[in-house]
Amino acid sequence: MAKSAGTLSKKAEGLLDWFDDRLPVRSFWSAVMTGYMAPKNFNFWYYLGSLALLVLVIQVFSGILLAMHYKPSALEAFASVEYIMRDVEWGWLIRYMHTTGASFFFIVIYLHMFRSLLYGSHKAPRELLWVFGMFIYVALMAEAFLGYILPWGQMSYWGAQVIINLFGAIPKIGEPLTQWIRGDYFISDATLNRFFALHVIAVPLALFGLILLHLVALRENGSNNPDGIDIKKNKDEDGKPLDGIPFHPYYTVKDIFGVGMFLILFSFILFMWPEAGGMFLEHDNFIPADPLVTPEHIKPVWYFTPFYAILKAVPDKLMGVLLMGASVAVLFFLPWLDRSPVRSIRYKGLWYKVLLALFTIAFIRLGLLGMAEGTPAQTWEMRFWTLVYFMFFVLLFFMSPGAKTKPEPDRVTH
Amino acid sequence: MSSDDVNKGRRRFLVATTTVVGGVGVGIAAVPFIKSWMPSARAQAIGVPVEVDVTKLKKGQLLKVQWRGQTIGVLHRTEEMVSGLSKVDDALADPESMASEQPEYIKGEPRALNPDYLVVNMHCTHLGCVPQMIPEVGPQPFDENWNGGFYCPCHKSKFDLAGRVYKGVPAPTNLRIPPYSFLDNTTLIIGVSPKGAV
Repeated sequence: MAKSAGTLSKKAEGLLDWFDDRLPVRSFWSAVMTGYMAPKNFNFWYYLGSLALLVLVIQVFSGILLAMHYKPSALEAFASVEYIMRDVEWGWLIRYMHTTGASFFFIVIYLHMFRSLLYGSHKAPRELLWVFGMFIYVALMAEAFLGYILPWGQMSYWGAQVIINLFGAIPKIGEPLTQWIRGDYFISDATLNRFFALHVIAVPLALFGLILLHLVALRENGSNNPDGIDIKKNKDEDGKPLDGIPFHPYYTVKDIFGVGMFLILFSFILFMWPEAGGMFLEHDNFIPADPLVTPEHIKPVWYFTPFYAILKAVPDKLMGVLLMGASVAVLFFLPWLDRSPVRSIRYKGLWYKVLLALFTIAFIRLGLLGMAEGTPAQTWEMRFWTLVYFMFFVLLFFMSPGAKTKPEPDRVTH
Repeated sequence: MSSDDVNKGRRRFLVATTTVVGGVGVGIAAVPFIKSWMPSARAQAIGVPVEVDVTKLKKGQLLKVQWRGQTIGVLHRTEEMVSGLSKVDDALADPESMASEQPEYIKGEPRALNPDYLVVNMHCTHLGCVPQMIPEVGPQPFDENWNGGFYCPCHKSKFDLAGRVYKGVPAPTNLRIPPYSFLDNTTLIIGVSPKGAV
């Protein structure tokens, strides 16, 4: 028995040798998995990167199956989605996977970005890692927006109307630009058709490229960790970091546990609560698009509402659009705004904990206000939290170099 | 040829000119693909004028029709609606419609050829939603001194019953007035200016 297993593994080894002579199988595996030393003090925040990849796989898989039944035409789109939900075998499961996956993508990405704010993962030498991540986030927002028009419901139609007209605020070229985006004088079949092409081909291709760059940049300097200290400073005689452990098998096994926990939560929403009370699938989108009637209460899906609130807070069209753009753009510059000598919140001092707490409250409050009906009192509250949102970056820039920090430990703590 | 013979200035010049010429070529080659996104000939052709028989409208009734994909409202205003317009002048951003988009032949407060009929492009000048008509005079959740008008549910812009925008709302200008004219006393044509007018 043992002998035959030995022969078998020898044969497998031979096959691998054959490949290895033609393709860098072993060296690649070693470089990115078994030989890649990751800090040993990762906590649950470090699940989120691998979970983002998992959601991407779920979206690509369910998306391909949806595209086999969906019709990107203004006359047929709404009915084809209902057809998927009612007549296609297991169509409801595939569609709910895709809609639930869209919201979970943003949950995972927002937490993943928050992890960086906690532990300073954007700071040198990982600035490009953060910038690629931001490009991924923007591409993801584009992907979500483009996908949202496809069911051709009332929210699809009027949401697209509002977002495309944001470009119309640009002086002079605004109006022709919106026509160029729509391919018509109003949101029409031409718009739906091209948004489908962008949603299933163009943006996903860009996303894959950006994710590859993100991962290459990650492996170049290695992961940061909750202490924010460089594990390469303390090495053993073989040149391996004392506080590092091989990514495989240690973190692959950890990530598989994270995948299990994630899928429990994901499945619960998917099977029990796919509309999430109108948060993941909005009620008005179960009504076919009608160019003559705007829904009474129009709002984007939850993951856009913080930025939407910033748009609504400004009583001027162009300024509102600019400020909303600035609220996303400012995040790109985070690595250069955070001038603190230490990375992690553990050693940055109380001032950063207060700032980050206020920023987090502002982001969540803006998100909730962005969904609300919008009384005058709420408008003033939106203005207040918009100010807090931007003040986080201003204060971070001015306070981070001089603020008193706690001493960083020499070795990671856990 | 030894490296001493290399004329670095000439090499740099050739690389730079090749790059510029190549870049211009790529830019020109991109034109057809960028232009393919513009409204097609078919989309441009669907723009014929729309006729409306105004006798069908009761006083105070609003009719919405589509013209070039835009929602056009035709409102048969009552006498009170027309006479009430001047009450809100102080609260408006552009009461004289100086900065707003409307044909040359549309003048004055009622913003109409015939003050009884308001013909207006219903799309909010902020981000293109269609405001609701709330003609009742009296307190509303969004305005305690409401004088009747149009209210946009998207971003809370307010307009009076001549489509004039209030101050302090996101919409920058009054609702647009499309070109239109009367074929006879009862028929309105949207998309055609009166004879002789520009």
